[in-house]
Amino acid sequence: MSKRRGEQPMVPAADFGSYYGRPILNPPVWAAPDIAGYLFLGGLAGGSSLLGAGADLTGRPVLAKVVKTGAVGAGALSLAALVHDLGRPTRFLNMLRVFKVTSPMSVGSWLLSAYVPMAGAASLAALTGRLPRIGAAATAGAAVLGPAVASYTAALISDTAVPSWHDGYPEMPFVFTGSGAMAAGGLGLLGAGLLGAPPGEMAPARNLTVLGAAMETAAMERMARRIGLTAEPYSRGRGGRYVKAGKILAAAGTAGAVLSTPGLLSGRLVPGRAGRVIAAVSGVTLLAASAATRWGVFHAGLASAEDPKYTVMPQRQRLAEREARLPGIKVGQ
Amino acid sequence: MSISTDPAARSGYGDHPPRMGFFTDTSVCIGCKACEVACKEWNHVPEDGLNLLGLSYDNTGGLGADTWRHVAFIEQRKPLAVQDAGVQDGAAQDVGVQHADGDSVPRGDDPPKPPREKGEVRWLMSSDVCKHCTSAACLDVCPTGALFRTEFGTVVVQEDICNGCGYCVPACPYGVIDQRQDDGRVWKCTLCYDRLGDGMEPACAKACPTDSIQFGPLEELRERAAVRVTELRDAGVEDARLYGENPDDGVGGDGAFFLLLDEPEAYGLPPDPVVTTRDLPSMWRHAGAAAATMAAVAATAFAAAAIGGGR
Repeated sequence: MSKRRGEQPMVPAADFGSYYGRPILNPPVWAAPDIAGYLFLGGLAGGSSLLGAGADLTGRPVLAKVVKTGAVGAGALSLAALVHDLGRPTRFLNMLRVFKVTSPMSVGSWLLSAYVPMAGAASLAALTGRLPRIGAAATAGAAVLGPAVASYTAALISDTAVPSWHDGYPEMPFVFTGSGAMAAGGLGLLGAGLLGAPPGEMAPARNLTVLGAAMETAAMERMARRIGLTAEPYSRGRGGRYVKAGKILAAAGTAGAVLSTPGLLSGRLVPGRAGRVIAAVSGVTLLAASAATRWGVFHAGLASAEDPKYTVMPQRQRLAEREARLPGIKVGQ
Repeated sequence: MSISTDPAARSGYGDHPPRMGFFTDTSVCIGCKACEVACKEWNHVPEDGLNLLGLSYDNTGGLGADTWRHVAFIEQRKPLAVQDAGVQDGAAQDVGVQHADGDSVPRGDDPPKPPREKGEVRWLMSSDVCKHCTSAACLDVCPTGALFRTEFGTVVVQEDICNGCGYCVPACPYGVIDQRQDDGRVWKCTLCYDRLGDGMEPACAKACPTDSIQFGPLEELRERAAVRVTELRDAGVEDARLYGENPDDGVGGDGAFFLLLDEPEAYGLPPDPVVTTRDLPSMWRHAGAAAATMAAVAATAFAAAAIGGGR
C-alpha cells in the first residue's frame, strides 16, 4: 500500500478485519489446464479464423490451410477442456437447455456450438479443396464468430466475485483478444515457416503478432494501473510469475517475428532457411506467451479469491467513499 | 412489495406466497450448533470431516457444499460491561485457576499480578447461511438453469439439472455455494424448500433453542429486526447492527439477514457485497468492443502486408 501514501482519508488502514484470516469467497473450483487452457485456446481459435478469412481474400493458400486447421483444432480442444472440467461431463448438453444472456458461460456454449462446426467445415474445404462455396461461407461465418469466441471468456471470468477478475472487466477482453491475435499470428508463422510457404504468405501473420502483442501488453498495463490493490496478484506469486513469463516470451517472440522478415537480415526478399527457422521458433514462443498470460490471469484470480484482503479492503474503501459523498448518512453496514 | 424487491414476481410467479426468509439474531446465539446438525439430518448433507480447526469452537470453517449452516465463533478482547462479583483477582490466584489467556496462575507466594483488564474476552457466535439474495449472482450465471427462484423468493439448485460447471461458486459474493468433490455438482441451503411447501419451518430454525434463527415472511422479519436492534442499542450495545436487511444494498437485500455485534468481516462476511452481474451489461459492451478491435487489428495486419509488398 506504500504507493497510496498521502492519499488519506479515503483509503482504509492497511489492516483489515477477517474471520481468522479465512477467505470470504469460495475460490473457483476450476482446474488450471482445463480452464486456463480453455481461455487460451478460445483466443487462438478466434484469431486464427480471422487470419484464415484474410488469407482467403488475399490469396494466401498455405497460410489459410494452417490457420483454418488450427482454428478448428483449438476450438474443439477448448470445448473439450470445458466439458472435461465439468463435475458431470455427461450432462454437458444441459448447457444447451436454456440460453441466458446473464450467463457468459451459456452464451459461450452456444457460441462454441455454432463456431466449431463452421471452423471445421472451413478447414475441411481448405484441406480437400472440395465444396469451395460452402468452405467460403463457413470461413466467413467462423471469422464473424471468431472474435466473439476470443473475447467472451473475458466477460466469463470477470462476471464473478473474484476481485482481480471482476475489477479488471473493462480491460480484460482487450487483454484476451490481443493475446488471441498474437497467438494466431504465432501459429501462422509456425505453420508457414515449417511448410516453407512463400515469403509473402507470412507477412499478415507477422503483423498480427506485433499488433496483438502490443494490444495485450497495453491492456494489461492499463488494467494493473487502474485497479490498484487487486492488481497485486498479477505481479506476485504464481500468477505474477506466469504474467512476467508471458511478457518476456511476447517480447522475444515479437522480436524474432520481426527479425524473420525477408530481406531484413539477408538483404534479399526470399527468406532463407534461417528466416523460416526463426519464424517457426518465434511462432512457438508467441503461442507460449499467450498461454502464459492466460495461466497468469487464471492463477492471479485464484490468489485474489483466497486472500480476504482483496475482498474486504476494496469494499471498505467503497463504503468510505460513499460515506464521504453522503456525509452524515451511515451507508451500508 | 414493489417488483424490484419481489424476486418471485420478477421471476414470473403471478399469485405467490409472501417472500420467506431468515432473521438470524446473533446476539442470542449460544453456539450450540443444533442448526448445523438439524440441517445435515433433514437434508441428508454428508459428513465433511469432524475437524478441530483450532479456530475457537468452529469445526466447519465456513459454508460449502456440505455445510449449509455454519456456526462461527469469534473470541475477542474487547472491554465490555462486566459483572463485579466483589472479589479481587487475587482471590482467583489462591485456587490456582487457569486463565483464559493460558497463563497458569500458581498458588503460593508469587508477587501479586497487576489487576487484569475487565471484560477482556467476549465470544461472538453466529450461524451463517445462504443469503437467498434478491439479485442472486449464482442464479444469474448458471448456464443450465439448474439454479432457480422459488415461489417463496428463495434460490434453490435442481440436483438433476446441475452439470457441475462450477460457475456459481466464484460468482457468489458471500462464498456460500460450492462443489461437492466426489459428486461433481454444487450444493447449498434450499431454505428447506420441501418443508416450506408443507407449511413447515426450515429444520435449522425449528431446532434453534434460543430463537436466534427466526423464520417467517421477510417483511415481518425486517420489522422485528428493526425493533430488536433499537432495543439493543438503547440498552447500550452500540455495536449492534443489521446486515443484509437493506433492499438498496449491492444485492438488493438478503432473504436471510443478520443482527451482528461487530463489523461483518469479523464474521467472515463481505462488508459491501455487490452482485457481479450488475456490471454485466458493461462487460458485454467491452467484450463487443474488444472483438471489433480484434477484427480491425486483423484487417490492419493484411492492409500493412499489402502496403509492404507482402513482406
